Amino acid sequence: MKEFRYIIKDAEGIHARPAGELVKEAKNFASAVKVVKGDKSADAKKIFGLMGLGVKQGEEIQVQIEGEDEQQAAAALAAFLKANL
Amino acid sequence: MQRYQGKGVFGGIAIGIIHIYAKGEQQVKRYKITDIRAEIERFQDARQTAVGQLGLLYEKAVKEVGETNAAIFEIHQMMLMDDDYLESVENIISTQQVNAEYAVAVTGDNFAAMFAAMEDEYMRGRAADVKDISERVLAILMGRDKSSVITDEPVIIVADDLAPSETVQLDKDKVLSFVTVHGSANSHTAILARTMSIPALIGTPIPLDASIDGHLAVVDGNSGCIYVDPDDETLRIMEEKLAQEKEKKELLQTLKGKESITLDGRKVSLYANVGSLADLSRALENDAEGIGLFRSEFLYLEKEDYPTEEEQFAVYRAAAEIMAGKQVIIRTLDIGADKQADYFKLPKEENPAMGCRAIRICLTRPEVFKTQLRALFRASAYGKISIMYPMITSVKEVRQIKAIVEEVKQELITKGIPFGEVEQGIMIETPAAAVTSDQLAKEVDFFSIGTNDLTQYLLAIDRQNEELEQFFDAHHPAVLRMIAMTVENAHEAGIWCGICGELAADPGLTEQFLEMGVDELSVSPGSVLGLRKVVRETKVL
Repeated sequence: MKEFRYIIKDAEGIHARPAGELVKEAKNFASAVKVVKGDKSADAKKIFGLMGLGVKQGEEIQVQIEGEDEQQAAAALAAFLKANL
Repeated sequence: MQRYQGKGVFGGIAIGIIHIYAKGEQQVKRYKITDIRAEIERFQDARQTAVGQLGLLYEKAVKEVGETNAAIFEIHQMMLMDDDYLESVENIISTQQVNAEYAVAVTGDNFAAMFAAMEDEYMRGRAADVKDISERVLAILMGRDKSSVITDEPVIIVADDLAPSETVQLDKDKVLSFVTVHGSANSHTAILARTMSIPALIGTPIPLDASIDGHLAVVDGNSGCIYVDPDDETLRIMEEKLAQEKEKKELLQTLKGKESITLDGRKVSLYANVGSLADLSRALENDAEGIGLFRSEFLYLEKEDYPTEEEQFAVYRAAAEIMAGKQVIIRTLDIGADKQADYFKLPKEENPAMGCRAIRICLTRPEVFKTQLRALFRASAYGKISIMYPMITSVKEVRQIKAIVEEVKQELITKGIPFGEVEQGIMIETPAAAVTSDQLAKEVDFFSIGTNDLTQYLLAIDRQNEELEQFFDAHHPAVLRMIAMTVENAHEAGIWCGICGELAADPGLTEQFLEMGVDELSVSPGSVLGLRKVVRETKVL
């Protein structure tokens, strides 16, 4: 399993549009992708769950990736977060 | 005549018949089914149709209101493809052996409730999106066409609230105005209405019944009022206003999108002066190329106490977003003299025009200043925000400001809060600043000449004093020479120079200003197109 942490910079947090884009990105990979915030977690391939975390600016999320293409998925998702959130 | 007061989100007058827009009565019955697989298939078919419809709506909206505003339909599509949503619906169908309509309605309610319970106001607003997508699937399941407004004559649409998919589906040639009972200034409806340039009211306490449906009404987007069954006098006044608007719009038709360029090819930027967010739509309607003076005073004058950083940030950010990439020059607080806010507790002065005002307050109360600067820099991440400092008299003041700005920037960097490139300039409105403009030009990115104060200080004539009218000359050579000198010094140092006082809109001076090389003229929104006409008919050489 690959795992990394990221602090959200976007002033609106993970709001609808970036959540949608993150879902799209995560769906490109076969691995399971989980986003954890505090004691809550959500499947990164599901927009409702992701938005339901209510991640705000300045909050840290933990991204956990498990599966055959976890290496590439971790790199791609880290790059996505950096560029968009 | 009945008058209802709402909140205008886009100006303009509309006169026409009211059409109450009722959402399709989504009365969902729950009944048992036997063939679970067939029912799930029925749901899947309806869902696919809905996704397809949203794709078409997205394409339509991209063309009409741009990609950013259209994105909502793409998000709706994703919501309809969300595994949790699908699982919930299919689960209800199979475990309870009930019809697809019921399962969709329950799932929609549950997901909407989840968003409605969230802390964040933005996320709470998303509950409406979930309801919207569920209603779309329901309409398909129940064999109802969701696209509406079946009228031949253009109408005033009155509704409880309008979902984004509803506003974009409306045939715009048939809609004169939107009036809703609910909705916020930041709702998709308000944003879309502004983009479509249709007069619109929100938060209007109007009864949605036969007492208004089909009745004649007047919507005044400027005052936020709707008059149902207007009396003759009101109708006459409003028809006159409408005629004036039409005339203006005709001028707008011919000049909108055209360059502000002289016959011999000299370009000048025509910006607008605004005093509130509401004015921005007027600036856009009149094709202002940017905002040359955004007076931030209203934030302070409307309050009982200092406006917070968040309050200010929300306003500046909205300004940046509404102007969508066009330059927005915000002037830092210009309190004092004739603009007083009690909580500032400014001492009574013998001569307030020359007293503790504007930047002088900011430099003696750096905390008040820093709050505003932080809000401004944060907003710069959302558009082209520039900052302008008023009442400057010396290089020393500018350097003091720059030191404070540096502190603010460092704080933001430390906290990891993003901000953009911010041009910083000063008002040239004291004779001292004009005379030392060669030195000041080396310190800043631009000048904007405030001719109202500059004239009053230069001629030592109080403009409020009617007795002095015979001595007052707006075109006094001293004023014009100072403007010419300031422009020259600005260009010498490689920065641009504009004029944002009343003089900027004076068509009798346009040619002279252009000859001096003035780069920007900032005028009230209503004057932009008239001035563009003058510029386009001028020859400088």
